[in-house]
Amino acid sequence: MSAFQGIAGPHPVGRGARQPTAEHGARGLWSKRIITGYGFWIFLLSDIVMFSAFFATFAVLVDATAGGPSGKDLFDLRSVGLETVCLLVSSFTCGLGSIGAQTRNGLWFYSAMTVTFVLGAAFLGLEIREFASLVARGAGPARSAFLSAFFTLVGCHGLHVTAGLLWLLTMMAQVFAKGYRPDILRRLLCFSLFWHTLDIIWVALFSVVYLMGFAP
Amino acid sequence: MSESEQIDDTVPGDQHISGDETERASTYLIGLGLAVLLTGVSFFVARTTLVWGPSIPIALVVLAIAQMGVHIVFFLQLTTGPDNVNNVMALAFGVLIVLLLLAGSLWIMWHLNHNMMPMDRIMQMQR
Repeated sequence: MSAFQGIAGPHPVGRGARQPTAEHGARGLWSKRIITGYGFWIFLLSDIVMFSAFFATFAVLVDATAGGPSGKDLFDLRSVGLETVCLLVSSFTCGLGSIGAQTRNGLWFYSAMTVTFVLGAAFLGLEIREFASLVARGAGPARSAFLSAFFTLVGCHGLHVTAGLLWLLTMMAQVFAKGYRPDILRRLLCFSLFWHTLDIIWVALFSVVYLMGFAP
Repeated sequence: MSESEQIDDTVPGDQHISGDETERASTYLIGLGLAVLLTGVSFFVARTTLVWGPSIPIALVVLAIAQMGVHIVFFLQLTTGPDNVNNVMALAFGVLIVLLLLAGSLWIMWHLNHNMMPMDRIMQMQR
């Protein structure tokens, strides 16, 4: 009785745990999902701490333009707004996709994750275009300490997005090949946490780097 | 099994509300709406001339923190419920480290710059 309540309790955590396995196995899968999510959450927090070091570096060096262009001369707020919309909506569709995976709705999962991928790729394309235009205007990372810090901070976020896109493709292929197995669903959980966290970092990024650079 | 034993930990990102799909999707939809609103206000405030200039960076920081809160509640779905204590404690520790790092760096570097000769004077002396 107790093990059954553990499965069908008030928290439908991890539908994989509902498979008709032995009592202990079901309970074990549930706690494994908890442990995996918690461990990955701690990794993400350490990633946020690393980003905060880059943010502190940027904030210290923001006025060190060495006579070169400042953010106000360089940034294109329309492009930044478009990037923000792409990443925000992709975070939303990633959430929809994880609901689709939990309810085993293949069409919902694949379409939402495809939209997530396309929007993430659009974000990355816009960022690469921005970097290319900065370098073409002679405002590459070697121009001033401000631009070094800018390229490090924004580029590090862009690398995370690139890794996330590769991870997303891998997850879609794994769901396609192996189905909604408990271990695959755990990996999907980690991916959606990663993607939402990247969006949180982008919020800090567009506020501190772009909008504050524009503010008088 | 008693009631207290049923309350177990949850994972960030999990929908522990036992609702149907539309109900869970609406959580994300509310989050998206609030995030779009806050983003829009941020972009408006950054370029407006209606607000006293020096207050704009502070407004941007406040809006950014509010939006991060929206993301944590509606997208990561961390709540203050008893089943989320571990995740929230980890988050609190992370926030503490981030604040120490940011505030400490800015404080030290501001004082360092404050007590240093202006950069153009140093450049002139090197010539």
